[in-house]
Amino acid sequence: MKGKAWKVGDGISTDHIIPGRYIYLRSNLPELAKHILEYEKPGLTEKVSQGDFLVAGHNLGLGSSREHAVLVIKMNGFQAVLAKSFARIFYRNCFNNGLPAIICDTDRIQEGDELELFIDQGKVVNTTRNTTIGFQALPPMMERILKDGGLVEHIKKNHDLVTV
Amino acid sequence: MSMTLSEKILSEQAGKKLQAGEITVVGVDLAYAQDGTGPLAVRKLLEMGLSKVHRPQRTIFFFDHAAPSPRFELSNDHVFLREFAEKTGSQVSDVGLGISHQVVAEKFVRPGTVVVGADSHTCTGGALGAFATGVGSTDAAVAMGLGKAWFRVPETIRVLVEGPLPVGVYGKDVILHLIGRIGAAGATYKALEFGGETVAGLEMAGRMTMANMSVEAGAKVGLFPSDEVTRAWLTRMGREGDFKKLDPDPGASYERTVEIRAKELKPTIACPHQVDNTKTIDEIGEVRVHQVYLGTSCNGRLEDLHIAAQILKGKRIHPKIRMIVTPGSHLVYREALRDGTVEVLVDAGAVMMTPGCGACVGLHEGVLGDGEVCLATQPRNFQGRMGSSKSFIYLGSPAVAAATAIEGKIADPRKYLEGGNR
Repeated sequence: MKGKAWKVGDGISTDHIIPGRYIYLRSNLPELAKHILEYEKPGLTEKVSQGDFLVAGHNLGLGSSREHAVLVIKMNGFQAVLAKSFARIFYRNCFNNGLPAIICDTDRIQEGDELELFIDQGKVVNTTRNTTIGFQALPPMMERILKDGGLVEHIKKNHDLVTV
Repeated sequence: MSMTLSEKILSEQAGKKLQAGEITVVGVDLAYAQDGTGPLAVRKLLEMGLSKVHRPQRTIFFFDHAAPSPRFELSNDHVFLREFAEKTGSQVSDVGLGISHQVVAEKFVRPGTVVVGADSHTCTGGALGAFATGVGSTDAAVAMGLGKAWFRVPETIRVLVEGPLPVGVYGKDVILHLIGRIGAAGATYKALEFGGETVAGLEMAGRMTMANMSVEAGAKVGLFPSDEVTRAWLTRMGREGDFKKLDPDPGASYERTVEIRAKELKPTIACPHQVDNTKTIDEIGEVRVHQVYLGTSCNGRLEDLHIAAQILKGKRIHPKIRMIVTPGSHLVYREALRDGTVEVLVDAGAVMMTPGCGACVGLHEGVLGDGEVCLATQPRNFQGRMGSSKSFIYLGSPAVAAATAIEGKIADPRKYLEGGNR
């Protein structure tokens, strides 16, 4: 499925994605989701469409372990997050919630570009610029969790943690 | 095979020899969440169809982020967690008992074990020689429900700190210096392992500050050896039986080694809005502040309050600022009350808050407004973290916090410490 790129820079923390001051909305995800990236990208929640991509620079998702950062990205309809690099906990949280986190050269994507993701082929096609951005295969455990539909589904299916 | 601390702990817990890069499932000795991440962890557990927790005595929900609750929505989250804990027999660490990482260090963390917490600063437990790491709510739910977690055994960056720390320089300055040098992603996916003469002589409070901020360099864990300092801490906490000596093997394989000469260090500040944007106190220039914040999982320990009291004794804070002090735990608060530290701080004009995470998360007890500047001892200074996105957070040691409180601008603590570090 094709989607549009929404770009942010380097060092976007989970505090940027969803600030701690909205902690009181964490049990009300539809409301919480409206505050996504509200300082970096004001009004994003009204502009984004189902299947779009969040595209970042280095170290996306550093800081707090709050999984709500991933949940608000999903709730706003993003199909995947692309970055030059990810912080560790955020990276795990993405796959645990069935959201692909792809490490690739995001300098080759501009705001508004139309993208299509082919995970099995390890590529992102930028249809606006007619370019293909390759990426390394996902770590096998992440691939497995993603294929199972997230960690909750992985546990429901296997009744245990099963490594590859 | 010579092993790093990470390889050693994970090998023992997995029951087979492991080296960096391998994927493993290990038993978890302690699983916890706090009131900001716990409700989601419980919902994930229930979605997985797990209605029980694996070890109720070692599964803990901490009320530290919104405590006492400032909003009814958060009170409802507390109610939800209390009901789940009641049903499953898991533990609640209630309002006022303190920050999860401080309380687990006092009561639960054992050297050589694996600890999983739904809070990024869970790595604080590395000070006690535990493979303690922060995860999201879903991974925490698995650890609570099944008593296990999966990890990739991390590569290790060895950090060797040598020589005595100069007066006015503490564990906080060492870790800020390190993060400034290697960057906020300098240790992503990796273990930091601290060693050297300075580290061997560093008391547990300083070790916890350094382990705590390991995640600010992206690290999975920040590990210290378990030695006589560890034994003394556990003994002080009435848990000498939990002691186990733990060292990396000579000849263990490190990705790289970073050497720090302690005598060259100065009080160090992280400037807005990134933790790796560090300057020494000599380079900072004139920075007026509106608030000084002492506390948090990084620097809310008795030793930290002692350092501030040493500087503030008999003095008054600057009339145009407020100083907020949040002890890390009930135990810290009680000890600081008994030994007169609280009196010194309050006499100087500080305001005492309930033990917990306080203002650090931008929720209550010291939220910043537009244009306000705060010097805080906390581990993080991201834009908007403490309230307004138009406020500014500088990070420094408890000594810098105390000197800053007196002068109303970011100040060098060394001139107040001619008698030496306490």
